[in-house]
Amino acid sequence: MQSTNQEPIKAVPLRHPIRWAVALLLVLSALAFVVDAAHRSAYDWKAFTKYLFDPRVIKAAGVTLALTGLSMLIAIFLGVALAIMRRSPNPIFRTVSWIFIWAFRGTPVYVQLVFWGLLSTIYHSFFIGIPDIHFNNLYLGFHQTISQNFSLFWLAVIGLSLNEAAYMAEIVRAGLLSVDAGQEEAATSLGMSWWATMRHIVIPQAMRIIIPPTGNEIVSMLKTTSLVTAIPLVTDLYARTRDISTETYNPIPLLLVASAWYLFFTTLLMIVQYFVEKRFARGHSALIGVQS
Amino acid sequence: MNPMVIAQDVHKSFGSNHVLRGISLEVERGEVMCLVGPSGSGKSTFLRCINHLEKINSGRITVDETLIGYRENAGKLYELKAREAAAQRVGIGMVFQRFNLFPHMTALENVTTGMIRVQGINTSDAITEGKTLLARVGLAEKLDHYPAHLSGGQQQRVAIARSLAMRPKLMLFDEPTSALDPELVGEVLDVMKELASTGMTMIVVTHEMGFAREVADSLVFMDGGVVVESGKPADLLSNPQEARTQSFLSKVL
Repeated sequence: MQSTNQEPIKAVPLRHPIRWAVALLLVLSALAFVVDAAHRSAYDWKAFTKYLFDPRVIKAAGVTLALTGLSMLIAIFLGVALAIMRRSPNPIFRTVSWIFIWAFRGTPVYVQLVFWGLLSTIYHSFFIGIPDIHFNNLYLGFHQTISQNFSLFWLAVIGLSLNEAAYMAEIVRAGLLSVDAGQEEAATSLGMSWWATMRHIVIPQAMRIIIPPTGNEIVSMLKTTSLVTAIPLVTDLYARTRDISTETYNPIPLLLVASAWYLFFTTLLMIVQYFVEKRFARGHSALIGVQS
Repeated sequence: MNPMVIAQDVHKSFGSNHVLRGISLEVERGEVMCLVGPSGSGKSTFLRCINHLEKINSGRITVDETLIGYRENAGKLYELKAREAAAQRVGIGMVFQRFNLFPHMTALENVTTGMIRVQGINTSDAITEGKTLLARVGLAEKLDHYPAHLSGGQQQRVAIARSLAMRPKLMLFDEPTSALDPELVGEVLDVMKELASTGMTMIVVTHEMGFAREVADSLVFMDGGVVVESGKPADLLSNPQEARTQSFLSKVL
C-alpha cells in the first residue's frame, strides 16, 4: 500500500568542514594577493588605467580582433574543404589535402610567418596568364608586384589562416566521421542530393563534435596573433603595447593592459560558444527514457 | 499492367565476396512480398540494390518500368548522374533496421524534411501533411519529440511516416522489427498491415513468420545469394519442398 501524503525525510545534512576551511584559506590568500598588488609600485596601476583605453591600444586591439576573425573565417572554410577532400573518392583531392595538412601542421607557425614575411624576397612578382604574349602593350594576363600589393596585415592573415586550416581540417574530419553512415543512407533514400545530405543532415550533426574544439582554436588563434611580429607586423595588441612601453620604460602596466584586452575577448568568446553549443545540442540534451 | 519490380539475373559482389548469385523475381503492383532466409543470404543486399544504395555487377532491375541506376540508349547502358539516381529514389521508400531517424530533428521535422528539401513543397503544406502522416502511424501526440525521447517502436513508425511523405509507389523494409524489444514489434507490424491494406507495393525482409503468413501475398526464401523457393506463404510455410527451406523453417517456426 502507498500512502498518498508521505512526509519528506527530515535529516541533518552531511557537513563538509574541510571544504569550508580550504575555501576560506583560498579566499584569504586571493585577498592578500589583491591587496598587495594594489599597493605594489611595479604594477603602476595609474599607468594601467591611463593606457587601458588609449586610442592606440584600442586600435591595436581592433587589429588583433580582425586578424583573429579573418584568419579563423578563412581557416574554417578551407578546413571544411580539406576535410571533405580527404573523404573524396578522387585520389587527387585526397593527396592534395594530405600534403597540405602534412606541411602546414608539421612546421611551427612562427617559422611559417617568417617565410610569409620574406615572400617578396623569394618571389618578386607574380603573373597569371599566357607568358610573353602582348597586344598593343596590353598584357594578356594579370601581373602584380608582391611588395606593392600585399600589405603586411594580409600576409599575416594568410600565414595564420593556412596554418590553422590544417588543424581545422582534422577537427572537421573527426566531426564528419562521428556521424553514423546510416544517416547518409537514410537521406539518400529520401532522394536528397549529396550536397543536401551534407548540408542538412551530416554537417548539422557533425557540428556538435566540431564546435567545442573550434572554440578552443579561436581562443588559441587570438593569442597566436601575438606572433605576427615575425612577419614583421607591429600593429597588433602585443606589439603595440610593447612599442609604447619602450618609450615609457614601464613594461609591466602595458603587459597588464594587453592581458586585460586578451582576457576580455576570450571571455566574450566563451559566452558565444556556450550559446552556439546549446543550439547544436538539439536532440541530445535530455535523458533517453521519456517514453509514453 | 507490368509488374512494379522486375529483377533479372542480378549479381552483386563485395570484393571477392559474391553475395547475390543471380536473383530473378517479379513483384506485382499492390503485392506484399516477404523475403526470408538466414543471415548472410543476401536479402538485405538485394533490397539495397533495388533503390541503388548498392550498385549491381550484372543483371537488371526495373521499378515501375524504369531501369534503376542506368539509362539505356541503343542497347548501351550509361551510368546515371547522382541527381538522376536521387530522383529515382524519391519513388522508392526505405525503412531501415536501425530506424536512422535524424537525431537533430523532431519527429515532425524528420517527416517534413524530405518534402521541403527534395520536393520543394512549402513549409506550411509540408507541416500539414506531416501531421496527417504522424497521426496515421499513431503518433499525433509526439510531433515535437526528438528521436532520443521516443521508444524504438515509435521511432520506427516515424521512419515509416518519413518514407510515406515522399508518396512512394514502392516501400522497402529492411528487417524493420529486428532491433525492437519484443513488446514493441506489434505496433510497427500493425502500421505495416494498415499500409498493405491500402494497396501499397511492399518488399519486406523479415524474420516475422506470423506477419508473412497473415499479410504477405508471396514469400521468397533466399539462401547463399539465390532464391531457393518461393510461393504463397501458407503453402511455403506448411509444405516447403527444398531441404534448405525445411531446415531454415524448422529453426524459426
